[in-house]
Amino acid sequence: MSAPIEVPRWVDLALVPALAVVAAFLVAGLVVLAIGENPLSATLILLRGALGSGEGLGFTLYYATNFIFTGLAVAVAFHAGLFNIGGEGQATLGGLGAALVCLRLDFLPAWALVPLGALSAAAFGAAWAFIPAWLQARRGSHIVITTIMFNMLASALLVYLLVNVMGKPGSMSVETRVFAPAAHVPFVHELAAQFGVPIPASPLNLSFVLALAMAALMWVVLWRTRLGYAIRTVGASPTAAAYAGISNTRVIVVAMLISGGLAGLVAVNEIMGVQERLLLEFTSGAGFIGIAVALMGRSHPFGIVLASILFGVLYQGGTELAFDMPSITRDMVVTISGLVILFAGALDGLFRRPLAAAFAGRGKGA
Amino acid sequence: MRGWILGVVAATAMGGAAWAQEVKPAIVYDLGGKFDKSFNEGVYNGAEQFKKATGIEYRDFEIQNDAQREQALRRFARDGFSPIVAVGFSQASAVEKVAKEFPNAKFTIIDMVVDAPNVQSVVFKEHEGSFLVGLLAAKASKTGKVGFVGGMDIPLIRKFACGYVQGVKFANPSAEVFQNMTGTTGAAWNDPVKGAELAKAQIDRGADVIYHAAGGTGIGVLRATADAGKLGIGVDSNQNGLHPGKVLTSMLKRVDTATVATFTQAKDNKWKAGVSVLGLAEGGVGWALDDNNKALITADMKAAADKAAADIISGAIKVHDYMSDQKCPG
Repeated sequence: MSAPIEVPRWVDLALVPALAVVAAFLVAGLVVLAIGENPLSATLILLRGALGSGEGLGFTLYYATNFIFTGLAVAVAFHAGLFNIGGEGQATLGGLGAALVCLRLDFLPAWALVPLGALSAAAFGAAWAFIPAWLQARRGSHIVITTIMFNMLASALLVYLLVNVMGKPGSMSVETRVFAPAAHVPFVHELAAQFGVPIPASPLNLSFVLALAMAALMWVVLWRTRLGYAIRTVGASPTAAAYAGISNTRVIVVAMLISGGLAGLVAVNEIMGVQERLLLEFTSGAGFIGIAVALMGRSHPFGIVLASILFGVLYQGGTELAFDMPSITRDMVVTISGLVILFAGALDGLFRRPLAAAFAGRGKGA
Repeated sequence: MRGWILGVVAATAMGGAAWAQEVKPAIVYDLGGKFDKSFNEGVYNGAEQFKKATGIEYRDFEIQNDAQREQALRRFARDGFSPIVAVGFSQASAVEKVAKEFPNAKFTIIDMVVDAPNVQSVVFKEHEGSFLVGLLAAKASKTGKVGFVGGMDIPLIRKFACGYVQGVKFANPSAEVFQNMTGTTGAAWNDPVKGAELAKAQIDRGADVIYHAAGGTGIGVLRATADAGKLGIGVDSNQNGLHPGKVLTSMLKRVDTATVATFTQAKDNKWKAGVSVLGLAEGGVGWALDDNNKALITADMKAAADKAAADIISGAIKVHDYMSDQKCPG
């Protein structure tokens, strides 16, 4: 993706992202100062709001669940040298897939309905990614452009279906009816209550476990399988891969199918877990945050989980901040997340280069 | 050390002051945000008015995504806020859930009915106000053709349109009404360019008075009518001043009054759960007459509108409510 700068692995995976976050918080602190609030107490409210209570932590991990799915989706495509900006649209179609199963097959028991819904969500997400992938692989249509266009198409399609076909008649909100209880992915607090452990209610549901499992699975696929090797080879050098007998077309399509499927799984969390109905714009930007998450996590599943939790903290802590400091509005919270994205993504070399120079110097000295 | 003690004393005193205050009102806005120049802003204006009159502080929150509706309501309820005003029909399921969890908190939802022992639902008879501006439009029209531009195509907006058509036909049975909806998603509330295009198309077909019920989109409608030398009709708040002399009148939906009312009732211990329907009789809807449109409203028009208003209140004129049967007569 960028010119390789040699630094030790721990610097690459931990120190550079950590410095980016610190820098983002410092600049955000200046902004907070500029609107007349105390940055230190703002940071405390943010952290306490996100991690200090059972409910806050639940919300943080609930947001993180979405970001893990979309972050992994972007990362898998990155490894194949593709920039999948279509996470938003693929997640939207995932919602459609999940809703179709949950609405049409609701005579099934929960143990069959929930996995089927999840599979359908992944399949719809993958199918939505297939067309841009095929166009890229066969026609050379740039995947950035096509996936962006497919985001628009997905939202237009969902609007059409919800207004004209699937919507609840006579309702003011554009949404389907509520799913049968069997389609519900259980909340963590519901499960805990069954075992006699009362924890505060939050939207955190079992999808989080699915997200962690997907992160582990992606690590295995990318670094322990032949397919993962092919994906990374095509990403590193398409011509070398072709010379080695790897079909670029096939790898591009397969990588994008995996990517789209992962993005589609956002629907398991949002549609089957939390909303229990299909509605417009349920993704609320998770597809785009996934890009930042993947950049920040260095496209490594473990880093992506950490980066997702960081963004979960920003989302949930930011909400608490807007509650407790009325002068900090929701737009301010977006600004802070934006700064993190800026430092972690665009200004990555800012810390990497000096650090690389420092380490190179030390290496020579020793 | 002394500073620390002073701090604690001050904090306790402030906490005490907050507790001594009888009501702690709070507002949860809809996705449109606090300053949408329309519906949410009406609630904000009402709350500001209440604050100025009573000195009682309130808290508010703008949600960013759907999951935050419940979170915000629950958060306010747990912190002892009451009454909590939920703005917009989309909050209904969240209010229903959270109201059950906090039976001692008072909730007020605007534009939707939620049936719970601690929820007050405020809905408006938009069809009555729309009837009056329809009547005025028909009287002001020279071509006998008038227009309507709606925002998102939902039953609520069809209710506006239906009342308007009835008013037009009441004043001039042979008048023609063109109707357009801007779209089918939330974006339809905020597309002034498309609003202007729809208004221009209606003007090309002969319309010379156009009423909008389209939030931010309506700004474009009013601009297009003003530019073409025709008349527009505003909605929700008084928009006569946007293009003085070019806006015939505005259909007022007094969300601000409703907000002040629910806060005041809570303060005076008179807040009651249940549905309150605000129509002409309650001053919940009406039409705007001020210096900006004085010249456009003739004495005859004013008399006709006042008479119709009186007849609607007395029941002599019945304006059909689209939402009662999803149909519009005529």
